[in-house]
Amino acid sequence: MEVTPAGGAPGSQEGPAVEPPVELPIDAVRPPRPGRLIGAAVALLFLAWLAYTVIVNENLHWDVIVSFLGDGRILGGLWVTIQLTVLSMVIGLVLGVLAAVMQLSDSPVFRGTSALYTWFFRGTPLLVQLIFWFNIGLVFPSFGIGVPFGGPKLVEWQANELITPFTAALLGLAINEGAYMAEIVRAGIRSVDPGQREAAEALGMSHRQVLRRVVLPQAMRVIIPPTGNQFISMLKTTSMVSVIAGAELLTVAQRIYLGNFEVIAMLIVASIWYIVLTTIASVGQHFIEKRFERGHAALGARVRRNLRPFAKEPA
Amino acid sequence: MTAGQAEPMVKIRSLRKRFGAVEVLKGIDLDVPHGQVVCVVGPSGSGKSTLLRCVNRMETIDSGRIWVDGDLMGYAERGDRLHLLPPADLCRQRRPIGMVFQRFHLFPHRTAIENVMEGPITVLRTSRAEARRQAEELLERVGLADRADHYPAQLSGGQQQRVAIARSLAMRPKLMLFDEPTSALDPELVQEVLAVMRDLAATGMTMMVVTHEMGFAREVGDQLVFVDGGVIVERGNPREVLANPRNDRFRAFLGQVL
Ligand SMILES: Nc1ncnc2c1ncn2[C@@H]1O[C@H](COP(=O)(O)OP(=O)(O)OP(=O)(O)O)[C@@H](O)[C@H]1O
Ligand SMILES: [Mg+2]
Repeated sequence: MEVTPAGGAPGSQEGPAVEPPVELPIDAVRPPRPGRLIGAAVALLFLAWLAYTVIVNENLHWDVIVSFLGDGRILGGLWVTIQLTVLSMVIGLVLGVLAAVMQLSDSPVFRGTSALYTWFFRGTPLLVQLIFWFNIGLVFPSFGIGVPFGGPKLVEWQANELITPFTAALLGLAINEGAYMAEIVRAGIRSVDPGQREAAEALGMSHRQVLRRVVLPQAMRVIIPPTGNQFISMLKTTSMVSVIAGAELLTVAQRIYLGNFEVIAMLIVASIWYIVLTTIASVGQHFIEKRFERGHAALGARVRRNLRPFAKEPA
Repeated sequence: MTAGQAEPMVKIRSLRKRFGAVEVLKGIDLDVPHGQVVCVVGPSGSGKSTLLRCVNRMETIDSGRIWVDGDLMGYAERGDRLHLLPPADLCRQRRPIGMVFQRFHLFPHRTAIENVMEGPITVLRTSRAEARRQAEELLERVGLADRADHYPAQLSGGQQQRVAIARSLAMRPKLMLFDEPTSALDPELVQEVLAVMRDLAATGMTMMVVTHEMGFAREVGDQLVFVDGGVIVERGNPREVLANPRNDRFRAFLGQVL
């Protein structure tokens, strides 16, 4: 049977040249949505009323709030909050990677140790842990380096000197955070295709090289978003340290209102700074995630390729 | 053995491998002489991949012996007992054995040239400059010099597989293992990968190739091995055994793939 070319079919393409496609604009009328309008009106009215009551309320002492926003003691507390957040996140991340790697190892002892760690620190309240670390001197009056199980010591420190509110806070926050980061890191490592590990091992890489050069860099894409959430949450969690007088933002605000009785005003000052910190962190998180979303690799390539003509100019 | 060649590159004796209760390899004997290409064929699940993975000790074995270039894989023989090698020695044994996978497994966070440089830099401690020079040469050899700065996601399957071959060659292997290197490729990309492998064979590289490409086996292979149910049921010169297969299962298998 003979196949006729499409154009040669009888009577098909014989008229004038192809007409331009007809434009069919859509200019549809929206159906009325009275429910939405009424809802919006109610919401706006409520917000206006809320703003009004807050602004005209004399018990809120807006002048005091404004004058204390830049107070030296408050800024000092703010700085401690930032330090505690960053340090405990960094230490927590290291502990988390360690615990996650142990959890995925062949050795039952490593797996057990890691499981015990996450089980205990996720199973007890952070508040209790903080008070515990602060009072650790009651259990272990001194720390030393030497022969374990009651042998002689080379160096020895008194717990009372070592454990300040800051170190107790850092210990509590970091060790607790590590237990949560372990889960996040483990999920990240799990997300990497096992074939990656095999390809790296086939090149003769050691376990540690496989982890550092191949697995962890790829796990980062999965690890980064929840770590951002942990960071934001940690900014606020540091306020718990106020139970051991950690000298961070909330502790400082409390100390001030014990003197001037401006309880609500000081709490609002602290809250404003917490909101500023979490907002900045959220914006940062948004940008970091955007970068990692966009096919991390392809983005780098695009940037480099676009830059090449300029880089290669002097030749 | 026929030729006067001393020790073969790969010597496998009475190899058995079990996964749980299932015995996957049930006594394999195989010699791969220096510079030869051995093609391994067989139905799905017959243990071809497992066989390759035992050769570079990606899998432990249950009994038997495997020597690569005279080196007993996975064990040290001291007195009349075998001692398991520590991980560092396993890495050292794997280094000169290249492996190419069905699904490439390029490192997605590194460009083509960085993939090729990874082994020499991390494992052999080659300087960056020297590793880059070698990698450029190897990419040239697999016809991808112009794709050096592309990430794997920006390459076609055939190109990715050629980069994967270059990545293995960067370790200066004396033996190359290929596990169905063209099975994940679109038909029109198969030939570009086979061409690279053909060139490699022509340079005298010793190769073990699991493949369904009977044309490649016939043309390049020195030996063809048909594995079924964990044993080698037919072996010989590819042109001869393909022209007149003796074993029934082999004949049935050829009827399906050809
Ligand atoms: N890690 C493992 N654990 C348990 N069973 C396995 C494992 N690896 C392979 N097997 C089993 O061993 C058998 C042989 O697998 P193998 O991958 O070697 O087959 P193959 O010949 O390469 O098949 P294909 O052509 O599909 O790649 C299969 O039944 C498979 O299910
Ligand atoms: Mg296979």
